[in-house]
Amino acid sequence: MDLELGQARQTFITESRELLQEMESALLTLEADPEDQAAINSLFRSAHTIKGSSGVLGIEAVEKFTHFVENLLSQMRDGEIKARKENIDLLLECRDHISTLTALAASGIEELSPEVEANGAALTSRLGELLGAQEAKPEAKGAAKEEERLDGPSSAADAWHISIRFGQDVLRSGMDPVSFLTYLAKLGEVVSCTTLFDSMPPVEDMDPESCYLGFEIDLKSASDKAAIEGVFEFVREDAAIRILPPFSRVASYVELISELPEDTLLLGEILVKGGALTSRELEDALAKQRATAPGEEKPRIGDLLIEGGSVHAETVAAAAEKQKKNQSAGAKEASTVRIDAAKLDALVDLVGELVISGANIEQHSARIADAGLSESASVMLRLVEEIRESTMKIRMVPIGETFTRFRRVVRDISRELGKDVDLVISGGDTELDKTVIEKIGDPLMHLVRNSADHGIEGPEERKAAGKNAKGTVRLNAFHDAGSIIIEVADDGKGLDRERIAAKALSAGLIQHGAQLTDQEVFRLIFEPGFSTAEAITKFSGRGVGMDVVKRNIEALRGTIYIESAQGTGTTIRIRLPLTMAIIDGFMVGVGGSPYIIPLDMVMECVELSEAERSAADRRSYINLRGEVLPYVRLKNFFNEGGLTAGHENIVIVQYGGHKIGLVVDELFGEVQTVIKSLGRVYRDIKGISGATILGNGQVALILDVPRLMQSVETSFMARSA
Amino acid sequence: MDNITETAQYLTFRLEEEVFALDISQVREVLDLTSITKVPRTPEFMRGVINLRGSVVPVVDMRLKFSMTRTEQTLNTCIIIVEISVEGERLVLGALADSVQEVIELGPGQIEPAPRIGARFDTEFIKGMGKRDDEFIIILDIDRIFSAGELAATALAEAC
Repeated sequence: MDLELGQARQTFITESRELLQEMESALLTLEADPEDQAAINSLFRSAHTIKGSSGVLGIEAVEKFTHFVENLLSQMRDGEIKARKENIDLLLECRDHISTLTALAASGIEELSPEVEANGAALTSRLGELLGAQEAKPEAKGAAKEEERLDGPSSAADAWHISIRFGQDVLRSGMDPVSFLTYLAKLGEVVSCTTLFDSMPPVEDMDPESCYLGFEIDLKSASDKAAIEGVFEFVREDAAIRILPPFSRVASYVELISELPEDTLLLGEILVKGGALTSRELEDALAKQRATAPGEEKPRIGDLLIEGGSVHAETVAAAAEKQKKNQSAGAKEASTVRIDAAKLDALVDLVGELVISGANIEQHSARIADAGLSESASVMLRLVEEIRESTMKIRMVPIGETFTRFRRVVRDISRELGKDVDLVISGGDTELDKTVIEKIGDPLMHLVRNSADHGIEGPEERKAAGKNAKGTVRLNAFHDAGSIIIEVADDGKGLDRERIAAKALSAGLIQHGAQLTDQEVFRLIFEPGFSTAEAITKFSGRGVGMDVVKRNIEALRGTIYIESAQGTGTTIRIRLPLTMAIIDGFMVGVGGSPYIIPLDMVMECVELSEAERSAADRRSYINLRGEVLPYVRLKNFFNEGGLTAGHENIVIVQYGGHKIGLVVDELFGEVQTVIKSLGRVYRDIKGISGATILGNGQVALILDVPRLMQSVETSFMARSA
Repeated sequence: MDNITETAQYLTFRLEEEVFALDISQVREVLDLTSITKVPRTPEFMRGVINLRGSVVPVVDMRLKFSMTRTEQTLNTCIIIVEISVEGERLVLGALADSVQEVIELGPGQIEPAPRIGARFDTEFIKGMGKRDDEFIIILDIDRIFSAGELAATALAEAC
């Protein structure tokens, strides 16, 4: 099969990822409520689409396997097989297998590894067993159903008629018409197939990359219309497709019209498509409509058709309604657009530029002092500000999808450990920056695992403690003062303060007799290599993880806070900035260059007078209201030249519970900054985390306070030792 | 030398009294000198960063790179924005020049290999010597000047 389907393949991979996600949540819903018909339908639809698209694209491994799954699902849909627990388990495993297969297809690997092959074979045989058990019964029943659906006995002429005219761009979009026909043959027997090449231009005008072909196909098949249409799903927009039902169904055309695909089509075409009239009848009606003199009100096609006796009024009404519905569905569909993230980033960059040049114009207009000019400038600035806000909003996505992923995690853990754990999700529609969402997934996964694994006790232990045997893990998200808060809470046994302290003592993390607050003790679990779990499970307890969680969250400029009460549970609260792209900064000057300190780390500013300076410099700390405050002179740290004149200022920054002072030359005040990367040339500059562009177009550097603090504390320790 | 086989266009510029040239296909644009923000703890020839329509672009002092004195600001001083590739990655850099001259065309016959000895500059960075009228033009291999090793030198200097 053709490997170069490029774009179509890419679309398939993104789509199937979403469909697999849908399958998973449908399965979990079904597990909670085996009677949920909507979930079964959604499950079937997802599997069916995956099978169909993989078939068209020639990803055989996926197609073949999904076919078996679909068989089982179709029986489930018909109520032949109940959605029992073991069936759900099997289907979940099957879903994972499809996911593995599509991932392999995504990376272009055609050969399956023996393990994957074996897993697939095992699952197939389990599916086979389930289906086999049903085999005997459905034989007669299925046949009876067919009859009923066909509305009478089938005859030799009883075949679907499919007319397809491929658009010229079909080949360029990476589709091969032949693969559709081959796939169509899988649905039934192709009675006849005529190739039409009327639209083929003379040889000299022909573009070998364009497709000029059309096909008239008669297909004998028990599949329904949607299935046949599904075959052509990928070319639906690039080709004209008409599917006429077998003769025996013409009687039920009213019903068929309402089953038509949601294309906005002319009323007449809908009727042709519904099998209510032939194209000949339609042409006559159209000719009549054209013949009406201009100026006169044109009779509607529908009226003409009734007049001509082609169709019943009832049919026309059904078709007209369908047309209306299609239009409104079309309007709704257009409301979401898939955009390449890189394009969005480029837009954000441009808007950042616009803001800067806007500030420039404002400065100039203030200088010129022309009333008209400053009026226009201020209007423009307001608009620019609005554009910036809406651009930032485009990047915001709800966190719900990330949360839903954990339903499976919690389910698997509770199954494995013999616990009964419920995951309650709230605030899923809270929005935050796409970059943040992408990066928060893994840390959250760790926390949820930890809660289900360590937090929630076994059912016996819970009953003994007088709690509900079923444990609950709660995931919640909400906005709070320019940040977003994400909570992972459990009603388990809570953190054991004494045990953590004992463990920290033996690991040398704390000193004997140290007086620590609860919060300080709890924070010890974020130290590398710290784990109090006695038993190492598959999910946690190895002491890797919590420190990574903390590091990841700090990399997002977030903070993490633990609340815990022994016996009643633990809540871990993560506070994250709404966006990665913009921070509020505090601008200072060092040796003539501007620097930005993230505002949320700035505690206060104090003056370092000349008199104090020499004494303080010897010790390199100052006395801040009775507290020892180590400080660093940024000018020295950055090796900037120039003598210090007059007084200096100390900006006191706090991070991770520690405070240090940064000695700077000048204080400029608050600015809002768009964070830019310094690029690979300046990849590892100590003390600088990025850059930003100021209103006057100059570049200012952003201080990396955590790393500055580290190096200052190291040298401070060395000096006082 | 083996890589110069076709007639190509070059942008010529001056550093002190010498005329240098860059293959035009690597030059993106030429800017007037704007304010450069020094990045601390970097070698002196790394003059800092500028704002190029919203991107932060590093600027290199070509005079310091070729062991001349530091570039001083004059009316003619400008920044040549070049696009180079380092280890397969595209990188945009600014190069400080005393003045930009013109775009010229040089055929392979007008270019001689760099002299092996007696050169004032490191021949490793020179693609060849172009000859026009009675003047020699030093054609630079910009990719090599900012090769991985050279850029790593910034990291090294930072560590000291």
